[in-house]
Amino acid sequence: MKKVHSNVSAALDGLLFDGMTIMAGGFGLCGIPEALIYAIRDSGVKDLTVISNNAGVDGIGLGVLLETRQIRKMVSSYVGENKLFAQQYLSGELELEFNPQGTLAERIRAGGAGIPAFYTKTGVGTIIADGKDVREFDGESYVMERGLFADLSIVHAFKGDTEGNLVYRKTARNFNPIMATAAKVTVAEVEHLVDAGKIDPDQVHTPGIFVKRIVHVPNPAKHIEQRTTRPRIIASEVN
Amino acid sequence: MAWTRDQMAERAAKELRDGFYVNLGIGIPTLVANYIPTGMSVQLQSENGMLGMGPFPYEGEEDADLINAGKQTITELPTTSYFSGADSFGMIRGGHIDLSILGAMQVARNGDLANWMVPGKMVKGMGGAMDLVAGVKRVVVVMEHEAKGEAKLLEQCTLPLTGQRVTDLVITDLGVFTIERRGEPKMTLIEIAPGVSLDEIKSKTQASFDVAVA
Repeated sequence: MKKVHSNVSAALDGLLFDGMTIMAGGFGLCGIPEALIYAIRDSGVKDLTVISNNAGVDGIGLGVLLETRQIRKMVSSYVGENKLFAQQYLSGELELEFNPQGTLAERIRAGGAGIPAFYTKTGVGTIIADGKDVREFDGESYVMERGLFADLSIVHAFKGDTEGNLVYRKTARNFNPIMATAAKVTVAEVEHLVDAGKIDPDQVHTPGIFVKRIVHVPNPAKHIEQRTTRPRIIASEVN
Repeated sequence: MAWTRDQMAERAAKELRDGFYVNLGIGIPTLVANYIPTGMSVQLQSENGMLGMGPFPYEGEEDADLINAGKQTITELPTTSYFSGADSFGMIRGGHIDLSILGAMQVARNGDLANWMVPGKMVKGMGGAMDLVAGVKRVVVVMEHEAKGEAKLLEQCTLPLTGQRVTDLVITDLGVFTIERRGEPKMTLIEIAPGVSLDEIKSKTQASFDVAVA
């Protein structure tokens, strides 16, 4: 079966439907599957539940799906950078479920591993635990959280091969590898596409079994939210 | 004189130990990285998936794939490793991180901590704060003693909690307090900033506390 698709809309063909749940990788704007997000916008699919740590910023990443009002509900840990998000949430157009970031990550990992629920200390005694089962283990209280599994995961990788094996780069890894495991179908956009055998098997981060479709997106625009630098010490000043 | 933001960070750095893995929150806690004693090995964890966080890059060397949890561009070190969000919070929730230094809106005498939500205002989300306070071995709060004249050290938090009985130490611009996380709630003032009086601290602290200043 051929996993490689010629463009992002072909890679999503037949997978999208109104009311579906989509996981989108990335932390802030780092490692987001931006080309696939724009293909989802162009498809017009709506009433989406999107599981993603953040919600992009205005006009970039998931921010564009908020502009077009294709998202009905977000499951996230932090959405501070998005003004449109605030407006839509406060007007009641957008539903929001906050998860502690580690709970979100573990819910995704669990969902991908066939684990329907787990107990964690995170959130005990807070509103996050309201209505959830709380149990004591070895004298400590833990709250039950459910695994997450989506209809579709879209992820961004640095390199992929024709078998769907993926390698991520630096902190652009973040939620991508766990989301790749936690959906009926995972579509990966990769900056570099190589033949099977060209990635050292010891260096594979996501094994190809988790990736149903792959699309080559060379030289993607990468965005920096907070450009922070330190001054260069110039040799003449050292003397 | 009360401590400045940098002096609070410098005081917080005294909680570091050689070999520690540490997570620093946004704001004053970030400044603690500037006061790691020379010769001490401290690895900074960034919860977006990195251990061994280096300083900001030189201008022109920013890499969009290399950011910290505050979405700032950073650099790697010879000790650096990268990993997924699940592994990152496995470190945090599994008790592998030695110390978390973070800011707070309120801390109660029993160690309850609130730093993520003000009802009625737009909520940005808790990010990794609930996981950090629940999972890290030792939690140090660095914050201003008051917010616009309102006490932040309280008998009980009035804001929604980030964690229950999770705080070990509070460093404010006026002094340092220890808190008992188990048994009877107990908050103890152990240091006073130079030029600050005990009366001033008492007048600006709603929580009752013991005094054991060396």
